Amino acid sequence: MIPRSPQAFKQAARAALRDATLQQALQQARTGFVGKRARAVQACPDFEVWRDRARDVKNAALDNLEPLLATFEATVRRQGGQVHHAADAAAACRAIAAICREADARLIAKGKSMVGEEVGLNEALAAAGFEVIETDLGEYIIQLADEPPSHIIAPAVHKTRQQIATLFERHHGGSSAQRSEIDALVNEARQVLRAKFLAADVGITGANLLIAETGAGMLVTNEGNGDLCSSLPRVHIIIAGIEKVVPSMAEAADILQVLSRSATGQPITCYTSFYAGPRRAGEQTGPEQFHVVLVDNGRRALRDSEFRDILRCIRCGACMNHCAVYQTIGGHAYGSVYAGPVGSVLTPLMSGLAVAADLPQACTLNGHCASVCPVRIPLPDLLRRWRNRLHERAIGAATHRYGVAVFGWLARHVRAYRLMTRIGGWLLRRAAGRRGVIARLPGATGWTAHRDLPAPAGRTFFEQYQAGRRS
Amino acid sequence: MNAQMTSKSNDSVALFVTCLVDMFRASVGFASLRLLRQAGVAPQAPTAQTCCGQPAFNQGDQRTARAIARRVIDAFEPFTQVVVPSGSCGGMLRVHYPALLADDARWASRAQRFAAKVWELSEWLRAHDAALDVALPSCAAYHHSCSAQREMQVFDQPLELLAQVRDLDIKPLDAPQACCGFGGAFCVKYPDISNRLVSDKLDDVARQHVEYLVGGDLGCLLNIAGRASRLGMPIKVMHYAEILAGMADEPGIAQSGPAA
Repeated sequence: MIPRSPQAFKQAARAALRDATLQQALQQARTGFVGKRARAVQACPDFEVWRDRARDVKNAALDNLEPLLATFEATVRRQGGQVHHAADAAAACRAIAAICREADARLIAKGKSMVGEEVGLNEALAAAGFEVIETDLGEYIIQLADEPPSHIIAPAVHKTRQQIATLFERHHGGSSAQRSEIDALVNEARQVLRAKFLAADVGITGANLLIAETGAGMLVTNEGNGDLCSSLPRVHIIIAGIEKVVPSMAEAADILQVLSRSATGQPITCYTSFYAGPRRAGEQTGPEQFHVVLVDNGRRALRDSEFRDILRCIRCGACMNHCAVYQTIGGHAYGSVYAGPVGSVLTPLMSGLAVAADLPQACTLNGHCASVCPVRIPLPDLLRRWRNRLHERAIGAATHRYGVAVFGWLARHVRAYRLMTRIGGWLLRRAAGRRGVIARLPGATGWTAHRDLPAPAGRTFFEQYQAGRRS
Repeated sequence: MNAQMTSKSNDSVALFVTCLVDMFRASVGFASLRLLRQAGVAPQAPTAQTCCGQPAFNQGDQRTARAIARRVIDAFEPFTQVVVPSGSCGGMLRVHYPALLADDARWASRAQRFAAKVWELSEWLRAHDAALDVALPSCAAYHHSCSAQREMQVFDQPLELLAQVRDLDIKPLDAPQACCGFGGAFCVKYPDISNRLVSDKLDDVARQHVEYLVGGDLGCLLNIAGRASRLGMPIKVMHYAEILAGMADEPGIAQSGPAA
């Protein structure tokens, strides 16, 4: 997590709006993701039914969370694996560092994991003396750049090709001239990473789902790096949030129907892998040890709160891809590993409402996120719940709170309301004069900074209606 | 969706004017009354109404929002249909009132009955096969408000009505689903982000080379027209009700001179 002040969001958002390179990267990402999802959904006449089913699968799994986790754990153990329970971020990092120490590890190859980002796993492992190398291309890029991810599934989406070429030049040598094509960049990363895969002692991956019946972690990738992390090193560790568990392959299939279509617009990703247990007798490949670290980090408390629906999230990124605000400022301004609408719900839970107060408010409530969410999380409603708490705790500008209080009183006292709208309308018309607009209005500079305020076009509707006008 | 799709002669129709129309553009209210009357009903605008309570609701002041919701439901009790020339106020009345009052034993069912009789204006006009006799030799782009399309499922109806306007050419925007950046208090709390969104919207409008930008939510339209005015962009921003009621010659929003 980036340390934040309450003002950080607005400052970061303003900087993002001025950053021409970032704006260029965001523009490309926007048209790419949105168009690809739309085409994928259009090809599936039953997609809305699949969304219902995915929602129901996740809800049922959350209702039945503890028994499912117990079954999952028993199955993993029966297959020779180990399960570790981490109550919070520190416990998760401690558990993984302990496994690595036990295995005498030096180099760790890591696949992409959002919960890994959430608990600060890389920093913790580096502090414990291990070398960690990210093997997802996007994660590798931001690791070189020493930046947090700006998107759930495309962590380096804020970077342009030119920036990546320069970054590779700095870290790998050579000149950026040889790196003008995307293929050249991908091949270069592949060469560097291949050596790391072969030398790594421990592989760490995330999991999109945990399947209780088979004791497997399911992972979808387009790069296949997860498979190398899980099969080449001696030890494979899966880190996953407890909310990832589903009963069986049937439910996993229900989630797969909507996951990659919502994320990248693919019917299915290039690799859909199921990792269950260490290498068995007679098998040629696979790790000697298989560990699953189940992370709570606030999730059980969340399950019993008014924000429970957010636990259905399958981390596809569709909400941020379709978010007007995210599209405009990118992911880093949110100051959290989770950006966009899902981040605006989760971050106040993780870092406290007072420092994250802007996030639930920096939303036009346009509902685009909820309309594409594959598990139908009512994101605008959840953001409004945060606004309710902001109001209850009197966080934020007093002018808005008092403004709403005065307006609310007037709205319930119709005669006072009519009088005030008449006077207010008259004053605004007078202030506007013949031009019909007000260019600067003290107390309304939020409006007039970039816009003129249109003056009322005449007397109020009810002044005229009550005087007899009907059309 | 409303249960009754056709109007009976004993139906009493009320117009929920909305606070922005009342204050900033009365002509939208009178255009709505005219269109309803042309469609064969005798609409009234109950004078006990003020605002739907959305500012309080979205600010997190649930108590105030509930109090306003109860008053609105009460004021419109005598009517069988409530028509609103706004997608976002319509969404408040139809989607959010029942949720707001769901735990209130005395009001939950009243809120649901009320919600079932709420119509967005274009939705009502289409469902009642309103015929129009109006011409406007010009071209226009249409801005779909987010609340209309996602809370009220109103998307095609205003376009179908505008298609009945003779000689009016409607050009689609490149990004018809994009938010204009209004978002109620959002636009004053985050003016820089809002400005980018409304500027993108106006870029889209400019690419279509149209004389009018038409929409169905006055909040969006004030935002868009206010930005266009600041940029000196000569676009006539209007509510579709004004176009359909034959008021297209009046000055657009943020253009000088009093409207009708």
